[in-house]
Amino acid sequence: MLALERVGKTYPNGVHALEGVSFSVALGEIIAIVGGSGCGKSTLLRAISGLDTASQGRVLLDGAAVTAPHEKIGIVFQEPRLLPWLSVADNVGFGLQDRPKAEREERVERALRRVGLADKAGAWPRELSGGQAQRVAIARALVPQPEVLLLDEPFSALDAMTRADLQDHLLDLWADTRPTLILVTHDVDEAIVLADRIMVMRPRPGRIFSTIKADIARPRNRQSADFDRIKNEVLAALDHSLVDDRSKRDAPRGADGHRAAAAL
Amino acid sequence: MSLVPMTIAADDSPADEKLRKPVLARFARPALGLIVPLVLALGWELAVRTGLTDGRLVPPPSVIYATFADLAASGDLQRHALATLTRVAAGFGLGVVIGTVLGAITGYSSLISRLLDPTLQALRAIPSIAWVPLFILWLGIFEASKITLIAVGVFFPVYLGVMGAVMSVDRKIVEVGRAFRLTGPQMVRRILLPAVLPSYIIALRSGLGLGWMFVVAAEFMGASEGLGYLLVDGQQMGKPAQIVAAIVAFAVVGKATDWIIVAVSAPFLRWEDRFARHEGP
Repeated sequence: MLALERVGKTYPNGVHALEGVSFSVALGEIIAIVGGSGCGKSTLLRAISGLDTASQGRVLLDGAAVTAPHEKIGIVFQEPRLLPWLSVADNVGFGLQDRPKAEREERVERALRRVGLADKAGAWPRELSGGQAQRVAIARALVPQPEVLLLDEPFSALDAMTRADLQDHLLDLWADTRPTLILVTHDVDEAIVLADRIMVMRPRPGRIFSTIKADIARPRNRQSADFDRIKNEVLAALDHSLVDDRSKRDAPRGADGHRAAAAL
Repeated sequence: MSLVPMTIAADDSPADEKLRKPVLARFARPALGLIVPLVLALGWELAVRTGLTDGRLVPPPSVIYATFADLAASGDLQRHALATLTRVAAGFGLGVVIGTVLGAITGYSSLISRLLDPTLQALRAIPSIAWVPLFILWLGIFEASKITLIAVGVFFPVYLGVMGAVMSVDRKIVEVGRAFRLTGPQMVRRILLPAVLPSYIIALRSGLGLGWMFVVAAEFMGASEGLGYLLVDGQQMGKPAQIVAAIVAFAVVGKATDWIIVAVSAPFLRWEDRFARHEGP
């Protein structure tokens, strides 16, 4: 189980990016984090990944603090970030270097078949389309069988058709080993299609504004009434988070302003 | 003489009429570039043969070829070429090792860069030939001073190339290495080395080019063998054909060593998406 305890992040330049974020995620749960730009979504994800460390609070995986990249936590970035000098198969197997060759090859082949790119095993990353490259990146992150997979706006650079296709694909892959998924996105539809819980963040400093449960059976229909109901809830929360932020900026001497100053 | 008519005959030979279009497409452009030198060489040869000029200071192609063949038959050409090649190899090796090490650490650490780079850039501003008198005083007139001069020439392009390449490694790709918990040495071997390799090869090639330039200067300093010695000897003895033969030898050996770097590195750079690969028909 993954747990966050009052995680905060202040950058060395004084930017207070994140404050008091606490939640816990059960194994196999899918969380989506949404919010306006600059609300600390990516900062939060990077703190969980161990690529950055929280300046306040702790990230705990199965009770142990995460302070550096962890073998049970995988990450998919906004860009595929494939290594251009490795073939597609070697990119997928990048995290399995310490395994015997036969096992590595077998797992890579299975993963590539799972993402529908078995015929691209020998190709170079530059020969892939954007959607294919991101599928390879997801396969690379999943092949070491992480307990937690973090996704930082993984589909935001893709066109709408490819994006919907990859969302279905991600759920399909998730069903294999059922890791915890934490997905940062600014696409509300994407959050509702994928997540069990949707967390809306609000900026300056970034924190959780509200949490909305999406208790719809899978596979989810984007045209259903339930989908619309949750979408309205999320959009309303997003609106509130931004209105609050605006009024706070207009009145910087308010109660929140004092609290932020104290935290600094 | 014999080469020239053959090449021209091959160009409009009716034998490959069927292959004409693809063959033309592939060879037309390089062949076009050959016309001017071939016409000049042929013209000069004819001018000398017909007695228009005596060709004493500018020997015709046939005399250059004969001198080249004589030098090769006596083994002199090979001996001199080997001496030069050995100097370039030693100086290149030294320059590459030091340039790579310093370039890598200044590219990696901004502190060391701030400490070392200004000094190195100041030294780079000195025309390297200006070091020659000092090197001779310090190291004598034999191999050590020559190899040092070549190493200095090779050092700077390699140093600059490696430093630039290390500094411009994509931070996002390095982060992938961190996410997969690579150790320091693994990060170097699996991320940094492959990432800098393309610029490194270019740096090595420009270093090698300067190495060939500086070996000539080094051999002008006084050498008893080497292709540069052939140049000086040809000048002092009034043998222009020997000078041109040595120049041709320089061109051939220099191009061959450059080609070796390209050929050895090619398998590691197949992944590169260079526009040159897709260019042209």
